[in-house]
Amino acid sequence: MTPSAHLPIIQVIIPLLAAPLCIIFRSKSVAWSVALCAAWTSFAVSILIAVHVSTIGSLGYDIGGWPAPWGISYYIDYLNAFVLLIVSGICALALPYARLSVAQEIDSQSQPYFYSLLLVCFAGLLGITVTGDAFNMYVFLELSSLSAYALIGMGPRRRALTAAYQYLVMGTIGATFILIGIGLLYSLTGTLNIHDLAHQLRVNDILSSDNRTLLTAFAFLTVGLSLKMALFPLHLWLPNAYTYAPSVVTIFLAATATKVAIYMLLRFCFCIIGNGTILQMTFGKIILIPSLSAIIVASIVAIFQYDIKRMLAYSSIAQIGYMILGLSFATTTGLTAGILHMFNHALMKGLLFMVMGAISYRVGSVYLSDFRGLGKKMPWTMVAFVLGGLSLMGVPLTAGFISKWYLIKAALEIGWWDIVILILLGSLLAVIYIWRVVETAYFNPAQEIEQETGEAPLSLMIPMWILVIANIYFGIDSSIPLNLAHQAAKILMGGL
Amino acid sequence: MSWIGHYNYWAAIVLMMLGFYVVISRGNLIKKLIGLNIFSTSVFLLYISMGKIKDATAPILVDSTLAPTTVQVYSNPLPHVLILTAIVVGVATTAVGLALTVRIHERYGTIEEDEIRAKDDSL
Repeated sequence: MTPSAHLPIIQVIIPLLAAPLCIIFRSKSVAWSVALCAAWTSFAVSILIAVHVSTIGSLGYDIGGWPAPWGISYYIDYLNAFVLLIVSGICALALPYARLSVAQEIDSQSQPYFYSLLLVCFAGLLGITVTGDAFNMYVFLELSSLSAYALIGMGPRRRALTAAYQYLVMGTIGATFILIGIGLLYSLTGTLNIHDLAHQLRVNDILSSDNRTLLTAFAFLTVGLSLKMALFPLHLWLPNAYTYAPSVVTIFLAATATKVAIYMLLRFCFCIIGNGTILQMTFGKIILIPSLSAIIVASIVAIFQYDIKRMLAYSSIAQIGYMILGLSFATTTGLTAGILHMFNHALMKGLLFMVMGAISYRVGSVYLSDFRGLGKKMPWTMVAFVLGGLSLMGVPLTAGFISKWYLIKAALEIGWWDIVILILLGSLLAVIYIWRVVETAYFNPAQEIEQETGEAPLSLMIPMWILVIANIYFGIDSSIPLNLAHQAAKILMGGL
Repeated sequence: MSWIGHYNYWAAIVLMMLGFYVVISRGNLIKKLIGLNIFSTSVFLLYISMGKIKDATAPILVDSTLAPTTVQVYSNPLPHVLILTAIVVGVATTAVGLALTVRIHERYGTIEEDEIRAKDDSL
């Protein structure tokens, strides 16, 4: 075996091994350094994987040397490689940011545990992405979710605990639904390997016959995954969880966790059922309505929020609507748009939540009234917010524009004019809620009794501005993510 | 016949709905966790039912001289193994949930959902 053949397992093993190391050393700075090294190494590995996939071809790894239908096998094609880049890239940026932000929000005794949990969550998300085994996916999903509950519960305010509890209840119900779905699929086919599942469904002619077990399995899987990705109307856990979690956790989860759930949905609905089947086309129509309602309703709710972190959480729900909308078109352009929006949304929401973290680091809270006069006091942070906001609206020359453009192109291709209007309406609503903050920050006078708040420290600023540059760079030259997303969409559309 | 013959699946469905109802209807955080446990246990039952074959034994190689009878049908052991993993996940979930409940009790002084909400709103 060549060294590159081991890349898929190295990707997961590094953060998983680094997690106990953080606790063993018991020192917050050592724990932070270990976590940083692990995150950067896995980011490097994910780049190597992406290069390998795009030059040589897809990458497989059989754990313990057991071949595919019997053993657990990891399998990486364009889609996994792309999601791996998103997850590990955001983690690699969030950790340098974490040191000061975590030092302020979490007491120093718990900090090694915090980094350890963050790494376990990271390993879980990477594991879901690399694995080609349905049950293994469930185990990794629970690994990442359980650590996410604990991480959210570490938030500075006591409401973080109730938010984490609410997320735990809804997340566990979602995970159990996924477990039922996988079990029913197993009872139909006798296999858990995703490629073998697709193969068995075709060979035994289960797919074309009107099999009720198959329908039930996919109903459970879709509802369970919609709970995990917070698709409207199953989004109730998300606003509280994102609002009260520590800043770094919000950055990390908002940019990665929901994307990975969408990735799972893509795998189940396009790789296993396959494109063009009646079941898959019905599925597209069913998720169309929740995704459109998410875009409109969540954007309108976001306009009325006074806690800006909460406003951005509602905006995340709307953006998940855009991604799912791309999937529901079930065309190559639609899928490209959806997958590309996963990447672009990670860039912009990562950036906007980093701005929130920086403001709460200096000011203490992120209510709308706290933003008064911040345009003068924290000029660089607020410029980053404006640029991230422009990307969120989908203004040309930002990353957000590219994915909205492709989404509209996909809708026009199949002649759904009414949906184009709704997409544009969603963007207009985004203009309104971003503008409220910008107006307060730049045009409202500062509060009279005001302590001197300076610009955010450099270690918060650098990751933030790397994301600003990424937002603009990928808005001007989007060839790299676009190519990966397009290849991934072609694989999904082609079936096996 | 087939309705009664599938009694284990009916038990799974009844348990699932009971657990789900408890999670939705109860305001006490511990009771919610109990409901969640019943809910996930029903899935264990579903999986184990799938692996069971009538008149089958455990998949162990039997020395033919010692057991000359025709025991040649084996139950599928894989669902059992999967459920062992799922049980561990369930235990971990309950532990995290209980730990959160303890912390909620420390900070709020109650574990009743409506009282917690009232305390949050009064701020």
